[in-house]
Parts: sequence; C-alpha cells; structure tokens
Amino acid sequence: MLTMKNFLKYLSVSLCAASIFTFVSCDDDEDNAPAPIVMYEQEDHMARPAINTVFVSTGEKDMFNEMAPSLQGPAFSTKFKDKLLALNSGYTTNLLGLDAATFTSVLATDVLTGSLTGATTFYDGTNVLTGRKLDDDVITVELILIFGGPDAMSNPGLTDDHVDQNDKSFSGSFPYLATPH
Amino acid sequence: MKFRSNLKILAIASVVVAAGAASYLIAADHIDAPAVTGTGSDITDFYVFQSPSNSNNMVFVVNVQGLLAPAATAAASFDEEVMIEINIDNSSTKDNMEDLVIQATFDNGMVKVYGPSAPIEKGSNSTLISSSPTEAAITSYGSNPTIGENNGIKVFAGPRDDPFFFDLNQFKAIIGGTATSFNNPGTDTFAGTNVLSLVVEVPKSMLGSGSINTWATTNREL
Repeated sequence: MLTMKNFLKYLSVSLCAASIFTFVSCDDDEDNAPAPIVMYEQEDHMARPAINTVFVSTGEKDMFNEMAPSLQGPAFSTKFKDKLLALNSGYTTNLLGLDAATFTSVLATDVLTGSLTGATTFYDGTNVLTGRKLDDDVITVELILIFGGPDAMSNPGLTDDHVDQNDKSFSGSFPYLATPH
Repeated sequence: MKFRSNLKILAIASVVVAAGAASYLIAADHIDAPAVTGTGSDITDFYVFQSPSNSNNMVFVVNVQGLLAPAATAAASFDEEVMIEINIDNSSTKDNMEDLVIQATFDNGMVKVYGPSAPIEKGSNSTLISSSPTEAAITSYGSNPTIGENNGIKVFAGPRDDPFFFDLNQFKAIIGGTATSFNNPGTDTFAGTNVLSLVVEVPKSMLGSGSINTWATTNREL
C-alpha cells in the first residue's frame, strides 16, 4: 500500500534521480536518520573541595569517584565518620554545631550547593555552603570544621595552612580565571 | 545488558591494577583519583558562583589535568573521548539526582556545550544530549580567551592558572606523621601551575529557583 509517507519518499527519490541531470544538490542523509547516540561511563566526580582527598581511603577513591552522589551517602557515611575520628580523635562538635555522625553524613553525599538568590560562597563568616567562589579559602574552612572544635580554637596548628589566596588575581569578567603561567 | 556487565567487570579489574600502580604517582596530583591520575578525565576542582559581571547568571568552572608546568601547558589538550558533565539537582526535596545536565565535549579544536537540559539517562552513565550546543574554539596557550555565546550562555575552554591554593605537601606530611602542624607562612603547592579549564555561564532562569545541588563528572565515551 502506498501510504502518504512512502509516497513522499518515492517522490523524494525521484527528484534526487532527476537532480543528477540538473545539478540540484540532494542530501539523503536527512532521510529520517536518527542522531547518533553517544554514551559515556563516569570516571571522576567532584563537588565539595578535597572531600575525596581527605575522607576516602586509598583503596576506595575510584569507587567513590564512579558513584552517583545519591549512592555515596549510604555507602560512605560510617567510613567518613571513622576517618574523621582517626584524623581528630578529640572531635566533639564543630563550628557548625555538628557532631561527628551528622557532619560526616552531610559530607558523604558529595554535592556542592549553589544559591540562586544571593551570596555564593563556601563560607564568608555569614553564609555557609551557598557555593564556591574562586577566592574562597576552602581548605582553611574545612580544616577549622575538622580540627577546630565547637569554637574553632582547638588544634591551632592544624586549622590554617597559612596559604590564604591564589598566586594570581582573578578577573571580574568572563572567564574570570587568571591567565596561565 | 551482558555487554554492560562485562564492561563493569573489566573496569573494576582495571581499577584494581591501576590502584596498585598509582600509589607511586600520588605526589603528582590532587591525590583523589588513582584510576585517572594523569589522564584527561582527572578533575582537579569544581566551582559554582554567581557571576561577578551579571547577578542574573551563575558560573560553573570545572578544571582538569592539574599541576601543569608552564613548559608543558602548550602541549596539553582536552581528551576528545571525555565528556565533562555538570549535574544539577533543582528538586525541592534535593534527592541528589540530576534534573538538569550541562555537557561539554571537545573535538577538533572546538568545545561544544549542550544544555542545561533534562538528562537522557541519570546516574553514573550518561548519554549525550542532541540539542544545539554553544560552541567556542578552544583557546590555545598564550592567546586571548575565545568566548562562545548562544542563547544567553557563555563558554570558555583552555589553559588557565590553577585557581586552587593549599599547602598540600605540608598536609600530607601531617597525615603521614612527619609533621605536627602547618607552617606560617605556608607554601602554595599549586603556585605557578596551570590547569585546563571549562567555564560556563548560564542564566539563573535556566537552572530553577532557590538553590541547586551540583556536582561535576568526567565521562569516557563507550
């Protein structure tokens, strides 16, 4: 049966054949060809800075990197808590008032929150985890939360790496990062 | 299905082998991804911030291939088999499943950025979105930034100074038990080094409202 679609296709083929003689270009690549499907497998993951570096044991870093964050929390919360207590056996709570289990359950689901309505910063003294700017001293923030205790005063030798800014200034215009060395 | 299972087993086997080899290479990386250290899919950092030049926009930065010496930077290139994905959960419940993705591919000197769009596939496998991309020529070392713009989206890809700063070596000494505190002043392990950067600026109106949970991934073509 000659349906309308087949008829159109027949017509199109006929016109193509005709065009050989008239030098009209005819592209049969567009003949209902679907776009190629390109598939990928995840190899690395990153959200909050240095979480994998600090909290994931060497043998499990790749497993963590290949996981969706919704699966990381259940798989790694307890391991992160053990790691936190290994790093700081005196941990009670931190500047955010989080005990070890609560703090590490937040960290184990490795996502970076970004506010669409205001300041975006890892921590600026007022806003906490609303984004990450280029100049945020994220490592010192994390060291304070890991080692500093409830008032940020514990373990003073471990709560600041004393590298407070980048070695080049950032730009106020796109793409914001500094030119390469 | 069977093919996928075999791939996964192969991947796990490779990881076990790579993990053994990588313990000798840790010093040359941000030390968080033994299986991909030294490859085009090794992410060094991820940034999410309100645009400094337009408060209606958000900026996403994904850096790969860390600790590039200046002399090695001109020869460094994005891996054409690797797609960088920015995952965005904009649900009210924050279930940490991606509702939107931004996907960047690198091919023949061009970066193509697709989305933000709903993903075809969620989780640790991805399928390339086929919508029309925002494109830019990849900026070469020493050149002024080439910026692609389409539909309010801006795109840059190329070498930049590594914006990260940390006395990583002293941290490792502390963790390794050969030091008990940081030095003052510290030494920025990343000073004087470069990365390959992907920078994407997107109108907030394309992302949702309130807040978003985000994460970056690198994904190798199957």
